[in-house]
Amino acid sequence: MAKYLLYPGCSMESSAKAYSESLAAIAKPIGLELEEIEDWNCCGATEYLGISLTPAYALISRNLALAAKQANGNKVVVAPCSACYLNLAKADYYMREQPKLGKMVNEALSAGGLSYEPGTLAIRHLLDVIIYDIGLETVKSKVVRPLTGLRVAPYLGCMVPRPDYEKRWSDHEHPIELDLLLKALGAEVIDFPLKTHCCGGHMTQIGPETAFELIRRLISSADQYQADIMATVCPMCQMNLDAYQTETNRYFGTNYQMPIVFFTQLMGLAFGLEPDTAGFGSELVSTKRALAKIGVEIAETETAPARPKKSSGLPMPKPLPRKPELAEKSEAEK
Amino acid sequence: MVTPQTLDLPTTVPKQIEDLTLLEEVSARTAGVSRLEMCIQCGTCGGSCPAAADMDHTPRMLFAMLRAGMRQAALMSNTPWICVSCYHCVVRCPQNVHIADVMYTLKGMAIEAKLYQDSTAPDFSQTFVDMVEEYGRSYEFGLATRHYLKHFPLRLPGMAPMGMGLLSKQRMSITPKRIKGIQQLKAILKRAKEIEGGKHG
Repeated sequence: MAKYLLYPGCSMESSAKAYSESLAAIAKPIGLELEEIEDWNCCGATEYLGISLTPAYALISRNLALAAKQANGNKVVVAPCSACYLNLAKADYYMREQPKLGKMVNEALSAGGLSYEPGTLAIRHLLDVIIYDIGLETVKSKVVRPLTGLRVAPYLGCMVPRPDYEKRWSDHEHPIELDLLLKALGAEVIDFPLKTHCCGGHMTQIGPETAFELIRRLISSADQYQADIMATVCPMCQMNLDAYQTETNRYFGTNYQMPIVFFTQLMGLAFGLEPDTAGFGSELVSTKRALAKIGVEIAETETAPARPKKSSGLPMPKPLPRKPELAEKSEAEK
Repeated sequence: MVTPQTLDLPTTVPKQIEDLTLLEEVSARTAGVSRLEMCIQCGTCGGSCPAAADMDHTPRMLFAMLRAGMRQAALMSNTPWICVSCYHCVVRCPQNVHIADVMYTLKGMAIEAKLYQDSTAPDFSQTFVDMVEEYGRSYEFGLATRHYLKHFPLRLPGMAPMGMGLLSKQRMSITPKRIKGIQQLKAILKRAKEIEGGKHG
């Protein structure tokens, strides 16, 4: 069994708990042994870097120092979150490219009794480890419920294939790793042209109009390709496309209902796990229609309890059923 | 030759950073080797940018302004704040300029000089960082409430269903999580800030 150090990152414990649940469920079957870095801290996301250089890199590097201390022969840190992956990889790379930065960071770390020699660890993304260490054959051998007929849009977002300091990915803009994995699960993978385009990142919080346009492009493209569901590798992408889809719809007067889940959740389903073990049920855009295509029953995503009622004066656009046969069905139900 | 002496200006030893041109200063303050000086003004960055339409200046234009020494105008530009860190320009740049990292540097310099048109983005970054410095982890609930109350109070009613959805699905926690080594982290960050402060005078 390969053993890796895991840097989960903050979102894995909150907004992306579906990611951590499904990762925990699929790790054992594929022989992926993960050991969490003890008492890790936030990587600073894209925020700290924009405020002050040395503190931002010291914040990231405390994790590297802890991981290197904990590393017992294994020197590979696995990060499932794109921003965490990039920040850890970036700090390690820039401290080598510019030794002065490494010196300043280590001086700061010494105030906490820590140190880190740049280049000690290899920082890798979860998908990279699954494809290139575990291998597609192993993944394929665990599939008991192939995702036949499910049209999936592979969506990586920006920070995994770019800037790619260590040249780990097949391409910066159109990498094929996620496509190969989803195909190994038996899914019908669409050739998604926007697979590494931006979800808007933190712009949902600071410049919503900019973010809504980026979200719209992704969802409408996936919809044009008639994808049933999008699969992502990044908590931020999942959050923006899932939780802000309603607001985006309202902003543009559209009615997209494009579910987006983590690739590990689809692995879980293909491995025969129950939907809730694979982290389903916490998404805000329902996956019911998509999962029905592979014969998996899931309760309709319950609407949030505080959703304003019609009388509250906050009208929400009513989602239109996309397929004619479903429209008839819902008519019949009435 | 015009020297500080002939102009009867204070003759304190100039700090290193003050000897640099604006372009050199930005480059020197960027992590890694920025290669900003290598920009050939080809415009590949602006053409690759998914958010360029909302920017005051494309990255190419902004770098020309840095080269021209237009400090105030460059730091006032909304461009670094609109940059979504997607790294499309970075991988396409024929001169391998670390464009996204230059944008981070410009944000830091704008905050330092208090030169920005809209405080939404700097406030968001600062609030995020405050939470991380306090707890060692990000604290989405505290961040979202503080940020929305200040900058998007009118968006709150529309956001409530989503917020409640995230809470009811346990995708957001009302209470923050604190790491065990928070004192260690605080000591590291305190030292890091001293180093950063010493670097720029």
